[in-house]
Amino acid sequence: MGNFDKKLMKFWEIFYTNKGYTKVLIGLRNTLCIATLGLFIGIVIGTIIAGIKVMPKYKKLPKILEKICDFYVGLFRGTPVVVQLLVAYFVVLPLIGIKLTPLTVCILVFGLNSGAYVSEIMRSGIMSVDHGQMEAGRALGLSYRVTMLKIVIPQAVKNILPTLGNEFIALIKETSVVSFVGASDLYVAFSYIGSNSYEFMVPYLAMALIYIVLVMIIASLVKVMERRLRKSDRRN
Amino acid sequence: MIDVINLKKSYGNLEVLKDITVSIKEGEKVAIIGPSGSGKSTFLRCLNCMEDPTSGSIIFEGVDIADMKVDINIYRRDMGMVFQQFNLFNNKTVIENIMLAPVYIGIHDLNVKKFKNFFIKIKNIFAMKKTPLYEINTSKEKIKAEARENAMRLLKRIGLEDKADVYPSTLSGGQKQRIAIIRALAMNPKVILFDEPTSALDPEMVGEVLDLIKQLAEEGMTMVIVTHEMGFAREVATRVLFMDGGRILEDSTPEEIFTNPQNPRTKEFLSKVL
Repeated sequence: MGNFDKKLMKFWEIFYTNKGYTKVLIGLRNTLCIATLGLFIGIVIGTIIAGIKVMPKYKKLPKILEKICDFYVGLFRGTPVVVQLLVAYFVVLPLIGIKLTPLTVCILVFGLNSGAYVSEIMRSGIMSVDHGQMEAGRALGLSYRVTMLKIVIPQAVKNILPTLGNEFIALIKETSVVSFVGASDLYVAFSYIGSNSYEFMVPYLAMALIYIVLVMIIASLVKVMERRLRKSDRRN
Repeated sequence: MIDVINLKKSYGNLEVLKDITVSIKEGEKVAIIGPSGSGKSTFLRCLNCMEDPTSGSIIFEGVDIADMKVDINIYRRDMGMVFQQFNLFNNKTVIENIMLAPVYIGIHDLNVKKFKNFFIKIKNIFAMKKTPLYEINTSKEKIKAEARENAMRLLKRIGLEDKADVYPSTLSGGQKQRIAIIRALAMNPKVILFDEPTSALDPEMVGEVLDLIKQLAEEGMTMVIVTHEMGFAREVATRVLFMDGGRILEDSTPEEIFTNPQNPRTKEFLSKVL
């Protein structure tokens, strides 16, 4: 293992003495930033789409809106996120002539991408709530909107929270491709350290560890939240 | 009170209700009996437009509520409904279940009045003839306090005041259904529709729910009950409708129907269930 000691020394030299850790911190910040903001945008878009999809279709407008939503979901679920990133950054932006930083592009693309997935999660969450809950609210004279907001969605959120946590974890892991458009994340930071020390074993091991720790923290946070929301299911 | 005129309901090609015309008067306790699939639940659910009628009209308090342009929510406040599956709000405690609709609707109406008053005040500045303001003699706190008091009174009535702050998942079926009934009562409805209120209950809990419905009947509440409890229908109802194949085949007093049924289908059905 003498070899490993030497590798560790080399890594430490670049990581600590040559201030490689600042890059790692920036990478970590960017990773979290893209995943969190991406999920936030995703939840907003997803809730809107799910709302449209479960709306009763008496009138023409919801039908048209649903077609648009179907197209959107199909588009973003039908292509890999790397392709979406590349197309957004190298095709769409130059065509419409807007300049955005790679980080902003990444946040937007991940947001749009997870919106497509979250919409399905939300929809199944809303569908999983017994239809009788909606009927009971309507029978008391509450409107569709009020019953949805006060009764159905709170129960749906409780049902989908674990799945939403999974979506966040998936996002964190997927952000490792953002270097394709030049945003710096954990991968960029550690491959910088690796190529400066001509040694990749320890940096990539460290990178893997950071991802695992991140995911474990999020998973335990989701568990805590879930337990709180399960309050009304518990027998006491 | 409720006049049903030429009511038809079909799902696709399946015609569930075929031209029903019937009139329910104030204070009547109408029991609807009939075999499964005869359309009795659908008929009941059409009365407060939980199912939109395909054609025909339902006149409640002089207004055709089957008309899609009518704001159905206002009329549903006066028509309580009790479901087979109780349908208590799972994310709310018992007392919140009972208070939710009265509080929300009370505050909503208050806000609407305030909003209108605001515009009337502005108009009054310029108008020669002053428009009187809507009278506001309540507040959010008052509405909430009154709703809570009323809910506790109703809970005491059914002897479940100690369950006020628990969630519905901890209750037995009979308790849930009794709470669902007083949740409907909390809106002070003019009529209550019961959709097979005891069909999802264990046999030992049927009695407590039927007793509560009986009490309401004795107090003079108008009610329409879809039921399979023939003994109960005979005892409580003032009028019994026998439905089969989407039509009302017999409409008479319970004595008449149970002792001397006229229609052969009624005879056949009663001979099977009695």
